[in-house]
Order: sequence, then C-alpha cells, then structure tokens
Amino acid sequence: MYKIVRKKELNPTVTQMETEAPLVANKAKPGQFIILRVNEEGERIPLTVAGTNPAEGTVKIIFQVVGATTELLNHKKEGESIQDFVGPLGVATHTEGIKKVCIVGGGVGCAIAMPVAEEFHRQGAHVTSIIGFRNKDLLILEDEFKSFSDKLIVMTDDGSYAREGNVTVPLKEMLEAGEQFDMIITIGPLVMMKFVVAAAKPFNVPVTVSMNPIMIDGTGMCGGCRLTLVQDGKKVTKFACVDGPDFNGYEVDFDEAISRGRMYFEYERHAHEETCNLLKKSEGV
Amino acid sequence: MAIDPKKLEMPTQAPEVRAHNFSEVALGYTKEMALKEASRCLNCKNKPCVAGCPVNVNIPDFIMKIKEEDFEGAYQIINETSSLPAVCGRVCPQESQCEQVCTLAKRFDPVGIGRLERFVADWHNEHATEKPVRPESNGHKVAIVGSGPSGLTCAGDLAKKGYQVTVYEALHTAGGVLVYGIPEFRLPKAIVAKEVETLKELGVDVVPNVVIGKTLTIDELFEMGFEAVFVGSGAGLPNFMNIPGEALKGVYSANEFLTRSNLMKAYEEDPKTPIMKGGKVAVVGGGNVAMDAARTALRLGAEHVYIVYRRSMEELPARKEEVEHAEEEGIDFRLLCNPVEILGYNNPDDPRDPKNGFVNGIKCVKMELGEPDASGRRRPVVIEGSEFTLDVDAVVMSIGTSPNPLIKSTTKGLEVNKWGGIIVNEDGLTSREGVYAGGDAVTGAATVISAMGAGKVAAKAIDEYLQKK
Repeated sequence: MYKIVRKKELNPTVTQMETEAPLVANKAKPGQFIILRVNEEGERIPLTVAGTNPAEGTVKIIFQVVGATTELLNHKKEGESIQDFVGPLGVATHTEGIKKVCIVGGGVGCAIAMPVAEEFHRQGAHVTSIIGFRNKDLLILEDEFKSFSDKLIVMTDDGSYAREGNVTVPLKEMLEAGEQFDMIITIGPLVMMKFVVAAAKPFNVPVTVSMNPIMIDGTGMCGGCRLTLVQDGKKVTKFACVDGPDFNGYEVDFDEAISRGRMYFEYERHAHEETCNLLKKSEGV
Repeated sequence: MAIDPKKLEMPTQAPEVRAHNFSEVALGYTKEMALKEASRCLNCKNKPCVAGCPVNVNIPDFIMKIKEEDFEGAYQIINETSSLPAVCGRVCPQESQCEQVCTLAKRFDPVGIGRLERFVADWHNEHATEKPVRPESNGHKVAIVGSGPSGLTCAGDLAKKGYQVTVYEALHTAGGVLVYGIPEFRLPKAIVAKEVETLKELGVDVVPNVVIGKTLTIDELFEMGFEAVFVGSGAGLPNFMNIPGEALKGVYSANEFLTRSNLMKAYEEDPKTPIMKGGKVAVVGGGNVAMDAARTALRLGAEHVYIVYRRSMEELPARKEEVEHAEEEGIDFRLLCNPVEILGYNNPDDPRDPKNGFVNGIKCVKMELGEPDASGRRRPVVIEGSEFTLDVDAVVMSIGTSPNPLIKSTTKGLEVNKWGGIIVNEDGLTSREGVYAGGDAVTGAATVISAMGAGKVAAKAIDEYLQKK
C-alpha cells in the first residue's frame, strides 16, 4: 500500500497528490510515468510523474477527474493509501544538448510539462513556455511555470484569463518572427499536439510529443499502447510504454492514435456515471 | 490382470455448458479413478517417463504411492522435484513429454501421468494440514526477477536449501503468465495463489510492483546484498503481422486480450477493466495462447469464434487436449488460412460515426503446404486468387512475442542473441557473473514446464556457485 501524504485541489477537476513510493521517488525523471490501482478490484491506469521528493520518498502525481478510476482516486483522502503504485516507467524526456526550448502544454498536460520545464531550467537552458486552458477556472501551475520559464505565455480558449485563443497562435507568431528553438516539446490533448506539429513544420523545428495511450501493464507485455510511426516512408509499430512516451511528433500517426484512444469511450462514460452514483450514495448514508 | 489399453478419461464439464462459464473445464479424477489409472503403471525398470519430464519428477514412485493409497506420500515425491504440482498437472503438454515415452505407449494409451499428478496435488491442497517446514537459513541472499513458472521454481528450490529468496514481480499479483495469461477455466487462479502461499511459508519474500530494469537495476540488487540473481522476466512485446488494419479498434494482441480477462478480471460482471464482448472473433495463430484466447472470447459471449492458422492441424503447436476441448466447444478452425488485411468500418458521410475505425472483417488467403522449412515443418505457400473475407468484430493476434528490452538495456555486459533472448550456458549462467536466466526471457515463448526446468537448473547452479564462493 502506498500512503497519500498530501493532497491538493489545483482546480475543480484537477488534483495533485504526493504519495509515499520511495523506490519510484529515487529513480523517476521528467517524462516518465507510473501505473496505479486505487483498490483491490481496480483497473490499472498510467499517470505521468509530476515531481519527486527522494529525501521524503514521495512521488507527485497530478490528474484530471475524467473517468471511474480517477473519480475513485480523487475520493481518497490524505493519510489513506493507494493499493498499487509502480514505476518509473517509460523513457525520460531527452534534455541533453538542448539550449533553447519551447514547451507547449495544454490543460492537465501542463502537469507533465511543468517538471520538464523545471529540468530544462535547472540545466540552464532558455525556456519559453506556452500553456493553454479552456477557461480561467481550469488554469493550473501558473506560478510554477513562471519560476521555471524565461518567457511565459498563458492562453485561454474563451479569453476569460490572459490571452484568448489556443496555444498554436503565439507559437506561430514567434516562429514567424524568426524565433529559433532547438526543440519544441508539447504535452496535452492529441488534437492540440497534432496542431502544434503542423504549426512547427514549415519552420523545420524538431517537435517532441508525449503520448498517453490506453495501457495495462506498462512494462512491454500487452501491446495495447502501440502506435504507428512513419519513418522514412515506412510504417513502424512502437510501444508507448517502453519506447516512449516521448516520440518525434513528425512521425506519429495522430489520427490513428485519436481513434484508438476512443476504443472504450462508451464503456468509460457509463462506468464513470455508475461510479459517481455509487460515491454519491455512499456519502449520503 | 490384463492392462486396460485405454487411458481413463477425466470428467469434464459438458462442452455446451462450459462454453459459457469460466469454471474449470476438467474436473479431475476421483479417488477410485486415480486408483484405477495408477494400476495401469507397469513400474518398469528403465522409467523413460522420468527422463521425459523437464524437471524429472520421480513418476513411477509417486504412482506406486497412489496404488498404496498414500496420497500425501505421492505428493511429497512430486514435491521433491517440482514446486508447482497442481499447475503442471493441468498445463503440461504430457503427450509430448512423460506420456510420449511411457513404456505402455508402445502398444496402448500411455498412463495418464498428468491426470494422476493433478489428482495428487489437489488431494494435498484439500487435505494436507501440515505447513511446510521452513529450512534453517544459510545466510545467502538471492533475488529472483519475475514470479512466473521459472522464477517460482527457482525460488522454491533455493528456499528449500536455506537461501533467503526475494522474488520481484512487475505486476500487482504474483504468478506471471500463470495469472495474466492462462485462463481461469484451464488453471484456476486460486491454485496459483495457493502455490505462491506455499513458497511464502518456506520463507520466500514476494515483492509486487517492482520492475527490474526500471524501479531497480540488476546492479542495484547486488549493491543491496544479493549474491546471485535469476532473471525469469518472461515473454515480452507481442508480435504483429505488419498487415494493414492492425491498429483498428478491436484488434488485440493475445497478451492484451488475455491480460484484460485473466489478470484484470474483465470476464466478471460489471468489470472495472473493459474488454470487447460478444460478436464474431478471429484469433490468428495455433499455439496454446491462441486456444486460450479463442475459448476466452467464446466465454465472454462471442457468437462465433474462428482460429485462423496458416498450417494444417498436424502442425498446430497447441497442446492436444486444448485443441480437442476447443473443437468440442465449437471453435471454428480455419486451417491453411493466412490473414492479409484487417478491415474496418468507415462511414464516408459521417466522420463522427462512433462505429468508425472498428474492425468489421478480416481478409485471408488460402495456403497449401510446400517443402519443409528450417523448423522441419512444411512451409505454407499462398494459393493464388484464393482471397476471402470473414466478417468479424474483433481480431486477436496470437503469433508470439519478442523478449522484453527493459533488463537488457539497463544491465551492462548482459549478452543477448539477435532476437533479444538472454544468452545462457547449460547451467543458466548469463555473460554476467552471478546472473542466471531462464524461461521465455531466454528461449522466447515456450511452455510452463520448460520454464520450470530452466528455473530448476539455475537453482542448482546458483547453489553450487554460492557454496564455492
């Protein structure tokens, strides 16, 4: 069992938890993920590591309540425990040799982008961060990004905070103005990452994307997380759990990944509703 | 008394009943049946069956104990060499091992050794009350990577010799392929849990949620005071055919399909982990895993299940009993067929149609057998113009796996072959001192018993190595 040491609501749907998992805390690097099971009957879900405290032996995760399992996880209180917590899995984000980086985060993806920005900042790279949210209420981690970025641009889809529009708008402006980046790293919804890649393409800037497909074991056994890359005109199957989660954005078949991500959409929606009803009932008693 | 030429049948659930439940198919011998079958054993001098067993169970001796109705005594004889009797009695391919070389088999059916082993192990699990005696510790620490059949066997043998053994498991439950791969109806999970419990009583420490190569490396295990390491990390990434359509929704690897059903219990009512149920399913491949996937699909409610295999029944590598059971249950074997494309639904008028991107068919070609290939089996050749399509809603690819890269990529000096399998000598020793390996991590996908054999060989070698040190 893995004890929840601290829990904090970042916005009405996004929660931050710090969990005791000393072996994972010793090893995890930005870009890597863990897999957890909330309880004995629960499903396994992957969540990216949002930070570690090796001295205390804790690992920070940030998650959005989107389905049955995240709903259950969100109901866990400080001092309670999570059944299973394994990691760190996947390959850490490649940071060596990159002097000037642009980090583009969307929604809860910013939780994953934040430790990456922190790592580049620590290594002395020049960090530009563009973070986007649907509206002001969903904004998270602005202060953290401020302290790790040389330049920070905040966007909201509806203009309820900072600048209105999506993250590709300022990215395009910067690239068109001749801004040079060694690398663009984008983490967020698949559709957003697809458009970031499209925006960067005319300028030939390398783009790293962080994929988060459906996964079970996370150790290279089940193959559920497979995605198709196109390398030199040839289709290649890769596994996000052991080959990723970071990939060259120009090679990823996003449309396929978007389609595969919706495989259990109906089931998940139903399961989420059921879980909410159960939780409401148990609280009512 | 004349010897009955026929092996005594083991009772099973009726095919039409079992095709709709996940309870065990085979029901096991009763005491009377076991006594009757045991009486067929000649107790011959040369004991070919013992050499035919990868872990050399002293077969005639345990059968003699059955004849004496000393079932616990029979169990103790099996237990001297096998750590997982209840598992082996169920999943070993006896027809190509002990029973194949049985002296009786020259004229009649061989003795039902597997069925007798199963009877003895189940009798012990039901009746034995004595806990295994924990041997005195010899102070040496050994780490085992993976709690599948090779790891559990290695752990058991070393623990019996007094070693302090820690088994690291990547998943949340111990058992490896015995829990994520082999279905409940063939190997009930309670039996695996019981075997793991027995090892714990012997003093083996089982630690879940640790991925060696990620959470800890092999080198760190040595730093932690382990003096030897056995790697039994199992099969790795699933293979795909690289034909169009394999990324469609509804295409599973057998590993994923079986893991969802077995480990994550997606077969239960209202499961937390989803799986596609019902419809028509094609399973591609002819091994035990393919049979397991096909029969699982059927039990999950599929209206029709195909096995699509490119060779003929004769070359089908699955255990004979599983093929017979599958046929009885109504699995439709499409032999000498090979898929060339998986087809998906696409509504040209509505890109948001929720059915878009889901499997709706599999296009295959018919094959004929040509000259024998390197494996000695006749090579299947495509019959031109023989294309046809099966309407299906899901496809399960069961065409093998490639070794897991996690340990190789984080262990300096650990040599692997060109397929990624860890290279070992006849003792299971790798290119690194003190590091041994066995099972699918070495051989690629094989059987439970051959993995157990490898775990046993390595345990012996580790003991000799640490005693000399």
